[in-house]
Amino acid sequence: MLLKELSEARGVSGNEAAIRDIILNAVKGQVDEYRIDALGNLICLQKARRQAQGERSPRKVMVAAHMDEVGFVITGINGDGTLRFGKVGGIDDRILPSKQVLIGQESVPGVIGYRPIHLIPRAERERAVDTSKAAIDIGATSKGGAEKLVKLGDYATFRTAFEVLDESGLRTVKGKALDDRVGCAVLVELLKGDYAFDLYAAFTAQEEAGLRGARVAAYATNPEVAFVLEGTVCDDLPKKKDLSPVTEVGKGPVITFMDRSFVADRRLVKLLVDTAKRLGIPYQFKQGTVGGTDAGAIHLTREGVPSAAVSVPVRYIHAPVSLLSLIDLDYTVRLMRETLHTLEGGLES
Amino acid sequence: MKELIKKLVEAYGPSGYEVPVRDLIADIVRESVDELRTDSLGNLIALKKGTGGGKRIMIAAHMDEIGLIVTYVDKKGFLRFGTVGGVLPLATIGSRVRFASGAIGVIGWEKWLQPSSERPSLEELFLDVGAIPGNQLPVGVGDVASFDRPFVDMGQRLVAKAMDDRIGCAVAAQALLDLGATPNDIYFVFTTQEEVGLRGALVSAFGVEPEVGVAIDVTKTGDTPEAHPMAVELSGGPAIKVMDSDVLVHPGVKNWMIKTAQGLGIKYQLEVLEFGGTDTAAMQRSRGGIPAGCLSIPCRYIHTPSEMVDYGDVQGAVKLLGEMLSKPVEI
Repeated sequence: MLLKELSEARGVSGNEAAIRDIILNAVKGQVDEYRIDALGNLICLQKARRQAQGERSPRKVMVAAHMDEVGFVITGINGDGTLRFGKVGGIDDRILPSKQVLIGQESVPGVIGYRPIHLIPRAERERAVDTSKAAIDIGATSKGGAEKLVKLGDYATFRTAFEVLDESGLRTVKGKALDDRVGCAVLVELLKGDYAFDLYAAFTAQEEAGLRGARVAAYATNPEVAFVLEGTVCDDLPKKKDLSPVTEVGKGPVITFMDRSFVADRRLVKLLVDTAKRLGIPYQFKQGTVGGTDAGAIHLTREGVPSAAVSVPVRYIHAPVSLLSLIDLDYTVRLMRETLHTLEGGLES
Repeated sequence: MKELIKKLVEAYGPSGYEVPVRDLIADIVRESVDELRTDSLGNLIALKKGTGGGKRIMIAAHMDEIGLIVTYVDKKGFLRFGTVGGVLPLATIGSRVRFASGAIGVIGWEKWLQPSSERPSLEELFLDVGAIPGNQLPVGVGDVASFDRPFVDMGQRLVAKAMDDRIGCAVAAQALLDLGATPNDIYFVFTTQEEVGLRGALVSAFGVEPEVGVAIDVTKTGDTPEAHPMAVELSGGPAIKVMDSDVLVHPGVKNWMIKTAQGLGIKYQLEVLEFGGTDTAAMQRSRGGIPAGCLSIPCRYIHTPSEMVDYGDVQGAVKLLGEMLSKPVEI
């Protein structure tokens, strides 16, 4: 399964090469051109397969999904052989203790060390963990020993095997980095379609570090319309109050009307909703305005680009293990493919 | 001009949903401009062509206002919401809001009358749109609302929701209508999505590619009973921005404004805004950088449903802007 391969591959922001190689291999037969730009974005062009239908039909559409994942970078090697590290992207310190990681090109295994409960005073157990002094233990006993295995600047990722959890039902799977390898997987599927416009599939770099890859990819591509594919926040676990879950697993693709990074183009939101209704595809709105996506950078490119974001709901994003439903994934592919076809007729001005 | 202001402040237009404001302004300026277009983020760009030899100038006033966006509807029909721009939860209690459809909502908070209650958090607030069990709700998730308050003319002082920045739109539109022959090509840009991050100005400045940019926006004052010290007051004349959180104004642009005001003999004040930013910053950083400044209208109670400005300051701003634009510009 491509998603398994993508999830288990390691690509922290700024070091997406492994992900890029997998994707390139998967899409090669479907694209007419591709290039890798200065920031490491993989930009694939699938030329229009058919004649555009009308005056208002877009000629150039960009669909983006980011390749990078949150992780760590090694910032120091201690005398005792443990490693100091910095976070890349948004990671909650409280989830770090005792997690397994893989470091550098050679995938050196390590664990984020933390004292066992026996050694934590009662009062301290009530407080959030202070990970500022935490270090990664790779089993080395000296600085020299550690330096044989890793070097400063090496990236580290969580170490998580991809697994299918539920073969029937919601067809749930778990793995790391489903934000946004699931978007990459959807985009690979979309390239199997045939569209009446030039489709630029941008697999972007450094989203988690600040939407950086998408910014330059959109500038270079200069699209008329853009979609961003994401794995988004999902918190459908029981709640104390009647506040909304942001999204729910198994309820279909998520359409964003607004988040911290952008206000979705209303015409595109309507196009997505109308398409879902027409085809009987379940969909949900992202209820809440948290988070941001590559759309935040893309829609502000040059003179502005009408943009929308469509996501697969993913539980536990930015953590070692995330979970999604393959049914949501399949529906997202279908919704996007049909929406792109509908877009061939053009947007009202 | 009060009629124009009333129309603009009472129009509905939260960030991303500025269409009614845009339609209104387009109707007002259409006959007086050489080109009128809307870009992909909804900015309204009105060009008044010069007689030649002048500069390419961008004037930016934002059409959007802060608002609320529905995120959840409970079983009884109460709505939870997120904010669009810098909405202060405390300032919303008991307020009425209006949706694009015209539906009205009231903002509720149960702890209102409890002694020693703390400031409300957004999660505690809800919207009541008059739901009756079994009836269809007039609004749903993703719908956006703005404050709903009528314009009040106190004579010298004017009060309304969305003075920020419809008063800037009114100043720009009035200056445009009054403008005679000028050597400059002037792009009056009525921008979108300022309140959520200067987004409309960023892309429109890229498109217009001006040589000079001037934003027209409101600024805070230091003239209320126990205000944080700030040397800006109502009735002190339009304010010429020197600095805010996002920009250091280009000295050439600042001096252009000061000299013009002095030449006209109208009152003005210098503005140093410690917290807050405007479209000035977006224009300044467009492409290879653009000299940019800001003409500010002093305004009390910004981001509440009752923003207050002084009519004399407003008229001063129109006069100053008109004079600035009508002559050759040296920065």
